Amino acid sequence: MKMRSSLGRVRGLGSAKDGVGHWWLQRLTAVALVPLVLWFAASIVCQAGGDHAAVTAWLASPFPAITMILLSIATFYHAALGLQVVIEDYVNHEGLRLVAIAAMKLACFALGVAAVFAILKIAL
Amino acid sequence: MAQLTLPANSKVGVGKTFPAPAGAKDVRAFKIYRWNAEDGQNPRVDTYEIDLADCGPMVLDALIKIKNEIDSTLTFRRSCREGICGSCSMNIDGTNTLACLKGIDEVKGDVKIYPLPHLPVVKDLVPDLTQPYAQYASVEPWLQTESLPPPDKERLQSVEERSKVDGLWECILCFCCSTSCPSYWWNGDRYLGPAILLQAYRWIADSRDEHTGERLDALEDPFRLYRCHTIMNCTKTCPKGLNPAKAIAEIKKLMIERR
Repeated sequence: MKMRSSLGRVRGLGSAKDGVGHWWLQRLTAVALVPLVLWFAASIVCQAGGDHAAVTAWLASPFPAITMILLSIATFYHAALGLQVVIEDYVNHEGLRLVAIAAMKLACFALGVAAVFAILKIAL
Repeated sequence: MAQLTLPANSKVGVGKTFPAPAGAKDVRAFKIYRWNAEDGQNPRVDTYEIDLADCGPMVLDALIKIKNEIDSTLTFRRSCREGICGSCSMNIDGTNTLACLKGIDEVKGDVKIYPLPHLPVVKDLVPDLTQPYAQYASVEPWLQTESLPPPDKERLQSVEERSKVDGLWECILCFCCSTSCPSYWWNGDRYLGPAILLQAYRWIADSRDEHTGERLDALEDPFRLYRCHTIMNCTKTCPKGLNPAKAIAEIKKLMIERR
């Protein structure tokens, strides 16, 4: 039986004094992704028809390599922030939410590192 | 977890039909959600056929006519019948609004009336507003100051400063907005919802209030404030034409500004 007052329940554990950084970085990465994704789409179209050697040679040059690394970091960072919001929205069970967010963040980090490594391996 | 289907004891069945009186000229069917905690049955939708030639123009007029003349067990809240008390908020024709401000002629076909979504129902069209009211109390909706009031007059505010609370003070706390918000549906226990955030901003925007920082502190939380994903249902549904989504955006801007 729950006899706690409704105000007590609503005030709960108090404010987390957090969330601004998450909100701001989600917007910042979104803005960064606009030119990065446009560049990526245009570049892939330009590489159409090229063989493996041509594409790896292109990716090995400094500007495409650096921009691809920036795109990978921004993408996986933005994905981690966005997926965290989705999990917080829809997974109500406290423990399950914690596990889901931790697993998702580790996966995004690992995928981001793998993407950067792949680019560096071609470029260096 | 988000609930996508109703539990077995909440599934809505078909109820009784009350046909229009013989000789009715302009008949409209009102399909109204009915539930009574005391009879142990599932909710049902009753159909009331009303002669619009013998009824006031608003949905609330039809509800009052039903209660007075057809079925006195129909339960709903109402008071001012002119959109200033916020009592008769309900879901009409798929949209949260005030029954007293919704013209029957604005609805095409049958008029479907349900209680505000995703709140516990007390009876028929009466939702339990305990939690929204507690959330309202939690934002301390009164003027808070450190400096003493002038002994001989009220606290002064310029015309320009006063205009900052326009579009905020008009809120009548009908909770049409909060109960239209999916974020409030899924996380209403922690997310304050558009109505309360608009009210919180009403005091943040008031030039006479001196506790702006404390108010922002209390809102800075991934759930209390940042469950708002700018879905805009709140602004779309507000029967008073207010813009809770903008008030929430202003709070988010202040959060960035004070960093």
